[in-house]
Amino acid sequence: MIAFLLAQTIAITGGTVYPVSGPKIDNATVLIRDGRIAAVGTNVAIPTGATRIDATGKWVTPGLIDGAGNMGLREISAVQNTNEGTLRGNEVAAAFNVTEGLNPASTLIPVTRVEGVTTTLAVPGGDLIWGQAVLIDLDGTTIEAMVAKSPVGVVADLSENAKGAGGGSRAGVAQRLRRIFNDALEYERRRTDYSRAQMQDLSASAADLDALLPVLHGRLPLMVVANRRSDIETALRIAREFKLRLILAGAAEGWEIADKIVAAGVPVLVQPMDNIPGYDALGIRYENAALLAKAGVKVSLMETQTENSRNLRQQAGNAVAYGMTWDQALRAVTLTPAEAFGVADRYGSLEVGKVANVVVWTGDPFEFSTGVEHVIIRGKEISLRSRQTELLERYRTLPPKY
Amino acid sequence: MDRPQYPSTYKRHPNPPVVIRNATIMTATGQEIQGGSILFRDGRIVSVGTTVDAPADAVVVDGTGKWVTPGVIDTHSHIGVYPAPGTWAESDGNEATNPVTAEVWAEHSVWPQDPQIPLAIAGGVTTIQALPGSANLIGGRSAILKLVPARSVQEMKFPGAHYGLKMACGENPKRVYQNRGPSTRMGNMAGYRAAFIQAEQYRRRWDKWNKDHSGDAPTRDLKLESLAEVLRGNIFVQNHCYRADEMMQMLDLAHEFGFKIRSFHHAVEAYKIADVLAREGTAVSVWADWWGFKEEAMDGIYENAALVQQAGGIPVIHSDDASGIQRLNQEAAKAMYHGRRAGIQVTRDQALRWFTANPAWVLGLDSIVGTLEPGKMADIVVWSADPLSVYARAMQVYNDGWLVYDRNDPAHQPKMDFTIGREP
Repeated sequence: MIAFLLAQTIAITGGTVYPVSGPKIDNATVLIRDGRIAAVGTNVAIPTGATRIDATGKWVTPGLIDGAGNMGLREISAVQNTNEGTLRGNEVAAAFNVTEGLNPASTLIPVTRVEGVTTTLAVPGGDLIWGQAVLIDLDGTTIEAMVAKSPVGVVADLSENAKGAGGGSRAGVAQRLRRIFNDALEYERRRTDYSRAQMQDLSASAADLDALLPVLHGRLPLMVVANRRSDIETALRIAREFKLRLILAGAAEGWEIADKIVAAGVPVLVQPMDNIPGYDALGIRYENAALLAKAGVKVSLMETQTENSRNLRQQAGNAVAYGMTWDQALRAVTLTPAEAFGVADRYGSLEVGKVANVVVWTGDPFEFSTGVEHVIIRGKEISLRSRQTELLERYRTLPPKY
Repeated sequence: MDRPQYPSTYKRHPNPPVVIRNATIMTATGQEIQGGSILFRDGRIVSVGTTVDAPADAVVVDGTGKWVTPGVIDTHSHIGVYPAPGTWAESDGNEATNPVTAEVWAEHSVWPQDPQIPLAIAGGVTTIQALPGSANLIGGRSAILKLVPARSVQEMKFPGAHYGLKMACGENPKRVYQNRGPSTRMGNMAGYRAAFIQAEQYRRRWDKWNKDHSGDAPTRDLKLESLAEVLRGNIFVQNHCYRADEMMQMLDLAHEFGFKIRSFHHAVEAYKIADVLAREGTAVSVWADWWGFKEEAMDGIYENAALVQQAGGIPVIHSDDASGIQRLNQEAAKAMYHGRRAGIQVTRDQALRWFTANPAWVLGLDSIVGTLEPGKMADIVVWSADPLSVYARAMQVYNDGWLVYDRNDPAHQPKMDFTIGREP
């Protein structure tokens, strides 16, 4: 077992390599050693003893990063006992970090990674402030072995779903959020008074206010779910007032104010295949991702349904069908989310020194005709088996083999 | 019952003859014609092939670089009964007041101004089965609709189509009615059986009276009328059922009362009993890859449709979703390629039939729509690329010969009333 866990030296040879950080390289080698990318190029010396993967005629990309969902936190959404992502009874759950709810044995993890998604955000759910999202690699027998970054950000909701936490009004939501932020700063200034109970009541627990301080000092992003144009503008306004680092999630009507989002330098997470209008976003449309990207917004793509995280590449393909360039779309599922989540020094591209999350595809990763041939996570080749492939084998010929 | 019973008022929209030239034509009858042409007039396909003579008044569409397929058909939609914007006010899909509501008809809920309709049209969809939801054991009659802009559902009703009867297994009915029953799967079964026992008696009474007209006609009962029509084979059973073992129970139920289940829907475990389903002649309407959102959906696999195909069954890719209905071609492609990668032979034509000819059969319309053959209704989609590619978009959609959608022409991009005055 120990030997198995030791990182391998792997040379992926002969493939068309898409480093994302630079132009594609034909007939190139990706060398992986000790869990990291050791070399990328056409003139790479392959150490003796390296495991060789012949990728001739194949495409080699970084593992895809899905910036959404409850991976590891949810086994079956309709079975409450298998859900760990929501801290019930606390509308301001800033201190709620989901890490210890992660289940490395989740069946969703192999199902997802065999389709080329190697890294996902694990996002809490909730009311107004949901908690802290963490980034995980889709391999590891322990929580510690999976977590790539914790926390990535504190998640807050400014969509219509949060209105209950604002007395039924968007204005109430915004005002409550400001009051919480001001209280956190007040709490920071007067910790001693607080501990002596010499302060007025604060709008959240000390732990939750404390957890907001990295956000209020610009060290940790505030990830805001907002879809309506005016909600996005509210998020930008509050971020300006408190000098926050903002990440927008959803942003269905973002295309209508792409210029403002660009000016604010705010990265955006978009689900391209959403276009069903609701009162939260009547302007929702397929072209959102493309129009934002064209305007210069840093767009990452996401698949919000946890069990469908593997459809991230279909999201990307559809983003291309509706106007994104292919290069933008590949970046939007690799390096751009890595940048948004503050891990671009380790993730998102095939560059020397980065964590070796690599996928070998039979062709264009976004096409249905393309299959996954090899998945490497943290430098280790992953078995392409999942509960679903095992069900297939059991029932491939009937009657089944019990 | 001589008076008209909620008749269809559908009328074909006048349209000049159209010939699409030099396209790749996928007929869903086994042919993929390179450099092909298709001529249709008065709502009917006239000819398909490499040499097609067109009349002088025909509109010529350059199909160079384009693909042409039959219109997409979805056997499982809630468009109209669960419209956008998704508020309570228009949510009319589940009459969740009684476990057996065979008396309700989905067409009486369909809102023809649902803004999801033009979105589905832009995905190439020409015919849908709008179903009641799955809260009930027996949820009511479905509506088979031409997906065209209209003022009323009557103007959308596919003329002559068989009604479907929505039935549902498993978790949904036993959850919705847990306080009054059914609260278990055995309770579910007892509920269907009790309903059909009543229906048998009702049918006998009416069949006798229709024959001899002696005395007063029996009292009409809308619920039993729907079920009696199932027993007579005039209404097709459309059965939401995920698990293999439950499908087997439902087949027993059908045998007990002598009706056919036309299609199981959702059927994520169809692959476990693909041999039985093929033998029974029951189609399976499935997603390419939905799984895991509830316990009875845990065993979904990508290869489901391909394995059903391999066993000689009738796979259909359905949506059950206003988003998914816009890309049934993509979902079929996903299921086909995953099947192939697992070593299961699936042809492109078979995969095309999963969202055209096979759903037409499920709705009993396979002699009218679902393939590109002379005499068939001119329900036709022109795609920007191979429809089994993620990059393909429907460029033109003809429904009964009427150009209902043209991606390059705003004059042919229908908008529902809901959207008017709300666009940014």
